[in-house]
Amino acid sequence: MIQNMQAGQLISLAINDQVKEAYVRNSDTLLYTLREQFGLVGAKPGCNNGDCGSCTVLVDGIPINSCHILSVEAVGHKITTIEGLTDSTIQQAFIGNWAIQCGYCTPGYILNIYALIQTYPDADDAMINEWLESNICRCTGYQEIKEAVKNTLIARKINE
Amino acid sequence: MIPIDFEYYRPSTIIKAVQLYQDLTGNQKQTIFYGGGTEIISRARMNEISPNAVIDLKNIPECNVLKKDTETITIGATVSLTQIADSAVFPLLTNVARSIAFRTARNKITIGGNLTGDIIYREALLPFLLTESEAVIAGREGTRQVVISGNGIKLNEGEFIVQLVTNNKFAQYRHINHKTTKQSKVNYPIVSIASILVDDQIRVAFSGVCAYPFRLNQIEEALNDVTNSPGKRIQAAIDLLPAPILHDAQASSEYREFVLKQALQQLLDNFEGVS
Ligand SMILES: Cc1cc2nc3c(=O)[nH]c(=O)nc-3n(C[C@H](O)[C@H](O)[C@H](O)COP(=O)(O)OP(=O)(O)OC[C@H]3O[C@@H](n4cnc5c(N)ncnc54)[C@H](O)[C@@H]3O)c2cc1C
Ligand code: FES
Ligand code: FES
Repeated sequence: MIQNMQAGQLISLAINDQVKEAYVRNSDTLLYTLREQFGLVGAKPGCNNGDCGSCTVLVDGIPINSCHILSVEAVGHKITTIEGLTDSTIQQAFIGNWAIQCGYCTPGYILNIYALIQTYPDADDAMINEWLESNICRCTGYQEIKEAVKNTLIARKINE
Repeated sequence: MIPIDFEYYRPSTIIKAVQLYQDLTGNQKQTIFYGGGTEIISRARMNEISPNAVIDLKNIPECNVLKKDTETITIGATVSLTQIADSAVFPLLTNVARSIAFRTARNKITIGGNLTGDIIYREALLPFLLTESEAVIAGREGTRQVVISGNGIKLNEGEFIVQLVTNNKFAQYRHINHKTTKQSKVNYPIVSIASILVDDQIRVAFSGVCAYPFRLNQIEEALNDVTNSPGKRIQAAIDLLPAPILHDAQASSEYREFVLKQALQQLLDNFEGVS
């Protein structure tokens, strides 16, 4: 019943609408593979422990800490990293609201907020707070980031 | 980076998962079941565990069920805490799930992982303890269904949780939950309690107070003894705790006891209108 399974394998991952292949160790996290094998360094290692959100990517549109998912686990799922996000509305809102300083946390925030807006375009304050709790920023006062989210939601409504 | 190597399997049926475990351990490979993997990844990274093989349960259809029918609420072991927090099938569990970790982490943490993980809090257990829920467990002897009571689900070697089953009637009862953390809203609990009112009797389960989550009949009897004043009932409940109150970097035992008293007072206020 057990195939002669090794400690690693050749896998195909659907990343940013491209199929990418790599030989990975089964114990490699997606964060490691993205950065070290594919050069997608937008996902940032922070705590490596699921606590800070700086490594957030989207897996089938859902924010996931890429330090807390194995690369082999991501096979068969659609992965979006900050490099694959073509819609730059949130980035613009971050600039407009001074929601970015050193920028280390920013890719994680942007992807999380993008997923929030896609999933709940009518998100209220409580919902925004719940989603933003997942990310840590050591530079801003958080309020700027919240304003950026709110302004993006408002702009979307106006443009609809 | 995780410093160890392991084999990774993602079987599509319960039988294959059970068989894989038997075959792997038969080959002297230390094997663990894998739900969301968040605890396994963190502990492997810190060299606290070093499995030779992991069996990912997320491709097993029975483990992904989340449904409510006329009789029962059924929740598969690999359903994420976010799916539960966003669903209305079991309102007390919804509230408790929403208080665990934060949303992105909840997207990955599974209910089965929370109930069986090594982290001592296992907060999602509390609603199941209060509602005579049952765990469907798969192992070499087939599947068995056990009532979840006392302080949790005891698994034998090679067994894994497939589903949690709760009688639908419990979704209707009045319930409250309370969680105090050290600083930020998102953290492990100093005190976490979940409570439900069944036939005018308070049922209550605890996490963060002692070294494991629990529900105890004697504590409920003390709290429901309306011949005593609320203060005496709360003190009697605290005197009946099954283990020493935790004393660690999160909170001293004295502070935990203080918080617990407040939480129990709020609970009585809420259910009985006592002040
Ligand atoms: C950021 C963060 C915050 C957290 N905050 C809280 C909190 O506030 N309160 C709280 O209670 N917990 C909290 N936790 C702990 C978390 O709930 C546990 O670590 C949980 O075990 C993770 O679930 P998982 O699905 O990722 O488990 P995994 O890593 O997959 O597994 C953990 C353990 O459970 C076993 N297991 C998993 N699924 C099954 C199954 N179906 N049958 C049998 N065994 C199984 C595994 O073999 C392993 O031993 C937090 C975790 C994180 C990362
Ligand atoms: S690096 Fe992944 S959550 Fe911090
Ligand atoms: S901008 Fe520096 S950590 Fe957020």
